[in-house]
Amino acid sequence: MAERSEPVTLTINGRETAVDADGETPFLYVLRNECGLKATRFGCGVGMCGACTVLVDGEATFSCITPLETLAGREVETVEGVSRAGEVHPVVEELIAGQAAQCGYCLPGIVMAAVAHLRSTPSANRASIAAALDGNLCRCGAHVRILNAIERAVQRMQGEETV
Amino acid sequence: MTLPTPLSDAPLVSDWIAFDDALVEVRTGRVELGQGNLTAIAQIAAEELDVPLAMIRIVSGDTTRTPNEGFTSGSLSVHQGGMAVRHAASAARHLAIAEAAKLLQCGSERLALTEGRILRDGAPTSLDLWSMAASIDLSVAVAQWSDPKRPDQRALVGKPLARIDLPERITGTPFVHDLSPDNLLHGRPVHPPSVGARLLDLDLDALRTRPGVVAATRDGSFVGVVADSEYAAIRAALWATNHATWSDEPSAPADPVAAIAGSQESDEVVHEAGTLEGHEGQSSYEVTVSRPYLSHASIGPSAAVAQWQDGRLSLFTQSQGVYPLRDALAMVFGMPGERIDVRHWPGAGCYGHNGADDAALDAALMARAVEGRPVKVVWSRADEFRYAPLGPAMTTRASAFLDETGRIAGMSVAVNSAPHGNRPGRNGAPNLRAAACLEKPFPFPRSKDVPLSSGGGADRNAVPGYAIANLRASKRIVHDLPYRTSSLRSLGAFTNVYAIETLMDAIARDRDVDPVSFRLNHLEDPRAVAVIEGAVAEAGEPFGREREDGTGWGLGYARYKNRAAYCAVVVRVEVDEAVRVTDVFAALDAGEIINPDGMTNQTEGGIVQSISWTLKEALTLEDGRVTTENWSDYPILTFSEVPAIQVRLIDRKDEPPLGCAEAAQGPTAAAIGNAVRDAIGVPVNHLPLTRDALIAAISE
Ligand code: FES
Ligand code: FES
Repeated sequence: MAERSEPVTLTINGRETAVDADGETPFLYVLRNECGLKATRFGCGVGMCGACTVLVDGEATFSCITPLETLAGREVETVEGVSRAGEVHPVVEELIAGQAAQCGYCLPGIVMAAVAHLRSTPSANRASIAAALDGNLCRCGAHVRILNAIERAVQRMQGEETV
Repeated sequence: MTLPTPLSDAPLVSDWIAFDDALVEVRTGRVELGQGNLTAIAQIAAEELDVPLAMIRIVSGDTTRTPNEGFTSGSLSVHQGGMAVRHAASAARHLAIAEAAKLLQCGSERLALTEGRILRDGAPTSLDLWSMAASIDLSVAVAQWSDPKRPDQRALVGKPLARIDLPERITGTPFVHDLSPDNLLHGRPVHPPSVGARLLDLDLDALRTRPGVVAATRDGSFVGVVADSEYAAIRAALWATNHATWSDEPSAPADPVAAIAGSQESDEVVHEAGTLEGHEGQSSYEVTVSRPYLSHASIGPSAAVAQWQDGRLSLFTQSQGVYPLRDALAMVFGMPGERIDVRHWPGAGCYGHNGADDAALDAALMARAVEGRPVKVVWSRADEFRYAPLGPAMTTRASAFLDETGRIAGMSVAVNSAPHGNRPGRNGAPNLRAAACLEKPFPFPRSKDVPLSSGGGADRNAVPGYAIANLRASKRIVHDLPYRTSSLRSLGAFTNVYAIETLMDAIARDRDVDPVSFRLNHLEDPRAVAVIEGAVAEAGEPFGREREDGTGWGLGYARYKNRAAYCAVVVRVEVDEAVRVTDVFAALDAGEIINPDGMTNQTEGGIVQSISWTLKEALTLEDGRVTTENWSDYPILTFSEVPAIQVRLIDRKDEPPLGCAEAAQGPTAAAIGNAVRDAIGVPVNHLPLTRDALIAAISE
């Protein structure tokens, strides 16, 4: 490559990471190819399908249109971060328990959008969940199961809080 | 006993089953397209061999290891592939028991198998499948040894077992997009803008100096760029797209659907019973419906990984048919298929023949330029919309006349459609995008569509499934338009069922009969009656009741391919600015149920996809080019728009299991059409049922 910028340092799933790649590179490719975190998926590359959704400082963000350089010093969470053995997020658990997928390609992005929504809206309901997922497309038509599963996750999390 | 067809090509138990590593390896030519069919097949094998599901290791779609089962398509995975495995696993079980009887010197009736271990009179022995593996000869004919369990003996089949592949799909990296072998390079194709376009000029040397580019390859009008990073490949391909000049004189009618409707190409009667002559003057009805070109629109664009080494090509592909793809590649590269290894690796749902096979050839062409190194190709979103085969546009005219008692005495269905059957290898050609524009090209042949005897293409479900004495169905395949089309889920059934079922409602309405009894009066098959009654009951018997203004109810029914699953769908819609489907109730009879949750999941998915097609989807085409590039040009149903869905399954333990992923599309569309008519008082015949389509229908 012609010119290389300085490595960009950011936190990914709680770990400080320095990435040595062109700062313009969309973060999705950095994650998948440089960081080896390949569960975040490419769907459209232009911010229209949600397959690449990650959290940046807690907010659901399309990584395919987020240049690496804009993430310096920020905190990123990916689906790997919410599905580590022993700390699997209730959303992930309920999606699996509810068999809420067909091909599954859209799911990591949906998981992250749902996690962000549930964190900001503890009283989330079906309509608010659906609205929060409107930037995430699913072509297989697994929507009903996905909504059911996330609703169950909300109930579980509310139950756990009141205990 | 007649055995499932896959067993004629792969007749031996050892073609399908091996005892290995404390597991049972099941080899199937079917591939997992995200529909749970491998779980169902594993479930079938586990049942016959009495092992837990976790002891089954499935190997699928691999030209180095599995039987050749052609394409995984047409909802035949379980019906054919699963039944082949049932027989093979059953034969393996009986071979194991026979071997144990020999070793234990006792009658086989005293022996049983559980979790892979042999029991004698219910007590454990020292034998299990793996300790005997070396002495059991599995290279014997399945037919000789197979004796599957009776329906009442089955314990695992029929249970809603969890998908074996799902956790990995939700949080892991199971996709061909995720493969990253050592030394991987990234390739991107630079597609000609239309099927007929030819490359005039592109400065390949300049392309080779773009950042990160390792190789740029051209063969005829095919251009591929290979780079050391994914983003470099994307940027270089974009540069090439902006700098290439093409000769492209596409001429195409401005309204392709109208051109298909008005085509004078030859037609063919595909089914005839009785006669439609001599009924002039009897009350008659007619509808003509249409759908536009659709996109398969997979969420993950087509991808493949290819590598050339020592004169062999190896490929990882999401293709629906590893053997047909291998044969198509052999044609293109002029080499024996034995030197090409094709392995299926999951992709996002494809819903029929999308760009998967094309991307495999792209990868192979690019990898040829960097011999010895693997090249991964992932199409862009725009590539996927513009260059993958399209779901054909079509129009269907259905007409009927009644006898004096108000029964339908005759019905005629005439279909005009772009072709549905252009999979790799069909019509004697590779049918791969890049192959058609190579220096030594393999042009796309004239498609013969899919014959009714194989389930039909444009004419799928063109034969009404009602007890009507005089019937005729015909199809006219329209080849004149410069768009490349192929199979999209349910093929012609979606539009044909829309036509027939909206005609049924039009007649019932005119005769003042409710849509349910009008259909039941024309049905003799109790399984058809049961799904209609089931869906209507699930919906709470809404027909003939008072309803709020701006809302409507509709019913649609069909037996998929006239010989597979029965499905009836009832929907409720609200119509104001646009159509909103609020509730869907479906009943499905797909014979013996292998996995009820999988079946429900598939049916829900089919319903949602059909709502999306029916209400929203249409590709935009201009001068022979697809101009749709992105999701903003091609909206699909969103989470907020998805209705509540209830699916009632009817289990027929003694009937053969049938596929279900394509059964609901036609009935769902028809139910929506009928519900919209119920709500607004006029039929809307041209899909999608957008606000504009509704306004046009009302003002007509
Ligand atoms: S891949 Fe980022 S939104 Fe589609
Ligand atoms: S499960 Fe396939 S796209 Fe959502």
